Amino acid sequence: MTKIAFVREKEIPPSAPPITEVGIIGWLSQNLFSSWLNSILTVLSVYFIVIMLWDFIPWAYGGHWNTKSLRECLDLDPDVACFSVLAARWKQLLFGLYPSEEYWRPTLTFIFLLLAAVPILFPKFFRFFWFSIIYPGLAVWLLWGGSFWSISIVYIGLTVGTLLFLSLIRRYLKNYIIAAILAFFFTAVFFLFIYNPLVVLLNGILPISLPFVESLKMGGFTLSLIVGVTGIVASFPIGILLALGRQSNLPVIKMICVGFIEFIRGVPLITLLFVASVLLNYFLPPGTNFDIVLRVVIMVTLFSAAYMAEVIRGGLAGLPLGQHEASASLGLTYWQSQRLIIMPQALKISIPGIVNTFIGLFKDTTLVSIISLRDPVGLASTIRADQKWNGIYWELYVAIGLMFFIFCWGMSQYSQYLERKLKTDK
Amino acid sequence: MSSPSPPPSESFKFSMLLSDTRYRGMSLQVITFIIFMAVFFWLVDNTIKNLALLDKDVSFNFLWLRAGYDINQRLIPYSSDSTHGMAALVGILNTLLVAFVGCIIATVLGLFVGILRLSKNWIVAKLMSAYIEGFRNVPVLLWIVMVFALLTEFTSAPRAFKGAEPEATMVFFESVAITNRGTYLPAPVLEEGAYWLLLCFGLSIVAGIYFLRYANKKKKDTGKSLPTFWISAAVIVLPTFILFFAMGQPVSLEYPYLKGFNFKDGIHLRNSFLALTLALAFYTSAFIAEIVRAGIMAVSKGQSEAAASLGLRPNKIMRLIILPQALRIIVPPLISNYLNLTKNSSLAIAVGYMDVRGTLGGITLNQTGRELESMLLLMGFYLAVSLLISSFINYFNRSFQIVVR
Repeated sequence: MTKIAFVREKEIPPSAPPITEVGIIGWLSQNLFSSWLNSILTVLSVYFIVIMLWDFIPWAYGGHWNTKSLRECLDLDPDVACFSVLAARWKQLLFGLYPSEEYWRPTLTFIFLLLAAVPILFPKFFRFFWFSIIYPGLAVWLLWGGSFWSISIVYIGLTVGTLLFLSLIRRYLKNYIIAAILAFFFTAVFFLFIYNPLVVLLNGILPISLPFVESLKMGGFTLSLIVGVTGIVASFPIGILLALGRQSNLPVIKMICVGFIEFIRGVPLITLLFVASVLLNYFLPPGTNFDIVLRVVIMVTLFSAAYMAEVIRGGLAGLPLGQHEASASLGLTYWQSQRLIIMPQALKISIPGIVNTFIGLFKDTTLVSIISLRDPVGLASTIRADQKWNGIYWELYVAIGLMFFIFCWGMSQYSQYLERKLKTDK
Repeated sequence: MSSPSPPPSESFKFSMLLSDTRYRGMSLQVITFIIFMAVFFWLVDNTIKNLALLDKDVSFNFLWLRAGYDINQRLIPYSSDSTHGMAALVGILNTLLVAFVGCIIATVLGLFVGILRLSKNWIVAKLMSAYIEGFRNVPVLLWIVMVFALLTEFTSAPRAFKGAEPEATMVFFESVAITNRGTYLPAPVLEEGAYWLLLCFGLSIVAGIYFLRYANKKKKDTGKSLPTFWISAAVIVLPTFILFFAMGQPVSLEYPYLKGFNFKDGIHLRNSFLALTLALAFYTSAFIAEIVRAGIMAVSKGQSEAAASLGLRPNKIMRLIILPQALRIIVPPLISNYLNLTKNSSLAIAVGYMDVRGTLGGITLNQTGRELESMLLLMGFYLAVSLLISSFINYFNRSFQIVVR
């Protein structure tokens, strides 16, 4: 019998991982210095960051805020930022030429915008959706002013028209087309014959109105937001309709949609804006001259609707054919299956693209400066043309860029949140 | 057993046009068509009336009239005595120039940034996402004016290069001068015999392609692979290189030099051109980087694992398995980004670069007062470019997309 010299009776406790694999050192060696190439890249990046911050931090931190002109800044210390231009002109950058005693109106509109966005963005608050519905009218009234009734009666007319449409479908007709035609006819009659007398009457009884502010006074971020938000809200439904039209098997509708989408996507937005500012008067009855901001909003909306249509078409194409077939075999009508089966899935797939289109639209609002509207970029050149601030660049551009960055980056973060939330697989 | 009752005989009722699915589509289309045509004729009618009121007609004769304005950036001979049509052509070429150069820079940068963003190196990945987010979330117009300000404000005037101890010096071995009037590069000068060199280079490329085909065929037939990269590189470069010295260096560089208060000779890249091209390229490269990243990430990990289990080496996995699948995803949005860059080049007006919108849609339009015609031509040009590109995308999709059902 062999004698067993040694048997370990206790398990050895696991030894701690080597110091190069855990903690800060481990993280560094795995993430930053895992290979020669990686080490070189790390050193280069750190060098780059240090160089950038080395110049930027003293420049921004020591910046002057209280001087009267760029000359004064340069006399004090030419190597730091001259943020005084922002201190002196921030009102203009935010509100354009809006009358200063009325600044509360765009401010209130902006606060309401955030409130109106909440029910749409976060379904938890969907019970406040009524506020999002009345917001557009409220915003128009606050920004442009004029009689309160002229806008609220529009709402009443549209509400009655919609209710009529819905009740016609539910109770009597079961036919979308006839119901739509009847409801449209009623609404047209309302606006042609009843609208004006009613507004005059109500104004006589209870005059509520704000001083009127003309469109050319709008500017700065107020203008960017007006154009951007209206474009975003309006282009979404139009984009869906265009995408459906392009997928439709009715050749005439398909052709019109394809032609529209390809035309709009084929030309730069600038040319469309030029059409809006120069050519539109040719296409309308002689003597018509309607609001330049409205024209721009329409063009921007049409422009991004075409892009939206393509994004949504991508989502529709990404759906398996079985979904269409299954919904058809359940006996759903075209609109029912679109509403209940197809669109929810297609829109979910296309969220990133949709939000990218929104971001693109919001950035494109800067192009209105080229047809000499006063958006922030246009105002920057106006401010630089002022004798006091002639020669200033970075302070203005950094501030404007930062504002756009915050909005656009916020939108893209929201889209990522939405994607995570709606993810149903895995 | 009861015989099946005959289908109820239907008489056509007018309401069936709207309620019966057999006719509804047709009547809907007829209604749409009528509305569409009505709107169209209304617009045309308005235009005719408006033109009559303004005492104008529609004619493109202005294209053959003397333009009378100068364009400092041009690729073809042009003077103020040339016609408006010529000015438009100069503008078109300028647009295409910006688009071409911009697309190349954007692609290179975008590939670089997109791949680095996938790097395991934390700091590099973060830096690259900062680059992408920074450029994507700020309007391109702002980038254009910022790059222009950078180029004009932070560079020295040509006279700073003067004197024994100048304030500014030329970079890259005294060959490139970056001034606030633009950047001056050395220009290649083709002397006698240079065309033979070009011909030789062209032939070597053809030879290189044939060699690669041969090597491929040989590998398929015998299973042996040649060191294709080195041989093809030698086939392409060596003959031209030898010929260059054998013919006594027929291509030389002409360096820019300071004369008076400005630089002479060399290639003069104006700041307007540089600012526009660089800003568009940076901006677009951020989008391209995201496309590249998405394309690479979309190829599932199983693909590379399967390839590895077949015994393929990493570079072959990349070349034969990952890239072909990633490219299928990358190429269509890549091309549509090229198209976006081309369309965004119409922002040239912000820095005073004379592209087609600046000549045909700018000065020509203002001088002749032919808004309708100029805008039609301008839109026609952009439409033609974009239809050309989108038909290419469609062709690509048709020939490379995986076929399902």
